[in-house]
Amino acid sequence: MSKTMNSDFIRKYGVIFGLGGIIVFFAIESPQYFFTISNFMLISKQSSINALLAIGQMFVILTAGIDLSVGSMAGLTGAIAAGVTILTGSVFWGFLAGLAVGAGLGAVNGIIVALAKVPAFIATLATMSAIAGITLIYTQGQPIWNLPKEFTFAGQGEIGDIPFPIILMAIVFIIAWIILTFTKYGRHVYAVGGNIRASRAAGIKIKSVLISVYTISGFLAALGGIVLASRLGTAEPTAGTGYELDAIAAVVLGGTSLFGGEGWIVGTIVGAYIIGVLNNGMTIMNISPYYQEVVKGVVILLAVMLTSFGKKFWNE
Amino acid sequence: MKRYLILLAVMLVGVTAISVALTIGFCVSTLNNPFFVSFTNGAKAEAQILGINLIVENARNSNSTQYSQVEDLIQRKVDAIILNPTDADALVPAVKDANKAGIPVITLDRSVNGGEVAVFIASDNVAGGRMAANYIAKILKGKGDIVLLTGIPGASATRERTKGFMEVISKYPNIHIVANQTANFDMAQGLTVTESILVAHPKIDAIFAENDSMALGAIQAIKSAGRKGIIVVGFDGIPQGVQAVKEGTEALDVAQQPYRMGALGVSAAFFTVNGLKFTPAHLAMPLFPLTKNNVDAWIAAHPSH
Repeated sequence: MSKTMNSDFIRKYGVIFGLGGIIVFFAIESPQYFFTISNFMLISKQSSINALLAIGQMFVILTAGIDLSVGSMAGLTGAIAAGVTILTGSVFWGFLAGLAVGAGLGAVNGIIVALAKVPAFIATLATMSAIAGITLIYTQGQPIWNLPKEFTFAGQGEIGDIPFPIILMAIVFIIAWIILTFTKYGRHVYAVGGNIRASRAAGIKIKSVLISVYTISGFLAALGGIVLASRLGTAEPTAGTGYELDAIAAVVLGGTSLFGGEGWIVGTIVGAYIIGVLNNGMTIMNISPYYQEVVKGVVILLAVMLTSFGKKFWNE
Repeated sequence: MKRYLILLAVMLVGVTAISVALTIGFCVSTLNNPFFVSFTNGAKAEAQILGINLIVENARNSNSTQYSQVEDLIQRKVDAIILNPTDADALVPAVKDANKAGIPVITLDRSVNGGEVAVFIASDNVAGGRMAANYIAKILKGKGDIVLLTGIPGASATRERTKGFMEVISKYPNIHIVANQTANFDMAQGLTVTESILVAHPKIDAIFAENDSMALGAIQAIKSAGRKGIIVVGFDGIPQGVQAVKEGTEALDVAQQPYRMGALGVSAAFFTVNGLKFTPAHLAMPLFPLTKNNVDAWIAAHPSH
C-alpha cells in the first residue's frame, strides 16, 4: 500500500500553508495586536487543550475509528480530579483519579468497539451521553470550586516563562510522534486502519490495538479535562461539551484520513493551531459571533476539500 | 412587586385551609447550571410544604424532549404544568395542547410566545441589563471603553439583557463598546474570548458579562494577563459569583433569586388550580444589585440551596 510522494506532499505541506495563510491574513488585519510573541504564546495556550484531545483522537481515527466521547470525558475527569482533590486534600490523588477514570473509560470504549463489535460512532455516541450524565450526577449540577493553588498549576502555572499547558502539549506531542513514527506499535496502529485483513494475516493483535487507542484517547481527554478545570480554577458540570468536534476537526484539518491508515501527527497539531488562530484572530478583529461560526465551518470545509482534491489531482 | 407580597401573605395565612393533594408537573429546561438547580430546589421545597406531588422533568436543553415531557404530563392528567421553556416558540404547541386538556400552564423564568398562560413569573432581564449599564455608567462617570460578553445568541435571556444594557449605554456617547462577543454563557469560553479581547485592547475600563459563569471566566483571564483596574459586572448571583463579589474581583452581580422563583412558581400553580386568577398575568421577580457593600447581608439571607 504505497502512497505517491506527491499526494503526501500536498497533504503535509498543504495544511502548513493553510495555517500560514490564515496567520498572514490576521497579521495584516491587526499587526500590532495579533502578530506578537505574547499573542502567539496565548494562542498556543488556548489551543493546548484541544491539541491534547486531538492527539488522542488521531490514534483512534488512524484505526478507522472515531471517539465522540472525548468532550464529556474531559468534563467528567476534570470534575473527578477536582472532587477527589477536595476529598483527600491532595492534588496528586485528584489528578491520578482523573487520569485513571479517563484511561479506564477509554478502555471501556475500546472493549465495546473491539469485542462487542459495535461501530465506533455509535459506541462512543452512547458513552458520550452516559458520561455526561455521570458528570451531572457526580456534580449534582453544581460547579466544584475553591480548589487549592497546586491544582491550578496545570492550567495557570509557568515553567520558565512558558505556560505549563504549552509544555504539556509539547511533551505529549513528542511522545506521540515517537510512538507513531518509530515504534512497532505505531506501525500496527496505521496498519489496522489501513488494511485490517492484511494486519490480521500479519499476526497483529487487532483487538489489543483497538482497545489501546481508545484508552489513549480517554487518557488524553482526561489530561485535557484536568488542564481545563485547572485553567478555570473550577470544574463545571458542563465542561468539555462539544470539545470532540474541535478535536476531530483538528485531526481532519491535519490531513488524517477518516478512513484510517493515513495521517501525520504534525498535521494534527497544525490543525489544532488553525482552529486556535481562527478563534483568537476573529475575536481580536471583533468579528460578529454569528459570522465566526460560519467562517470556521467554511475554512474547515475548504481545507478538507483542498487536501482531498489536491490528492486526487496528483493521482490522476 | 406588590403582587408578589400579596401572594406571599395569602400563602402564609391561608394554606392549611386547603387540603387537596395535587400533582403538578415541573418542566425545567436544564439542570446543568447552578441557577436551575436552585430553581428546582426551591420548587421542591415549596411543594413539600404544600403537600404537592411535584413531578420534575429535565429537558436537557432540548425542545423536542421538553415537548414530549409536557405531552406525558398531559397524559397523566396532572393538575397544573409549570414550564421553564427551552424555547419561546417551539413550546407553543405544547402549551396549546395543555390548554385543550384544561390543564393550567404557568411559565417560569422564560416566556412562551403563544398559548394561554395562567401566569408568567420571571426576573425582568431587561431591567437587569439596565441595572448593569447604569452601574457601569456611574462608576466610569460616563466615559470609558467597555466590553460586552453576551450569552447564547438567540436565547431570550441574552436578547433581553442586551436590550436593557444597550438602552442605557446608548445614552452615554463617551462610553464605547470596543468589543461585543459571545461566550455562550460558558465559563471556559468567557476565559478564552476575554483573553483574546484583552490582547486587542490595552485599555479596558469595564466588562459586562451576561451571566456569572462568563464573568468568572473573564476574571480569570484578567488575572492571568496581569491586568488591573477592570470593573467586571456579572448576572445571576450564583454562589461562586457572590464569592467573587465578596473578594472584590466582581464589582456588581445582578442577582436573581432562583430558589424563591421556583417556590413562587409552585405557589402560583397551587393557587391557580384552586381558582385564583392573576390579572395581569405577569409577576416580575425583583433583581438585586449585589456589591461589596451588601453582599454579607445577601449571604446571610440566602443560605446556599
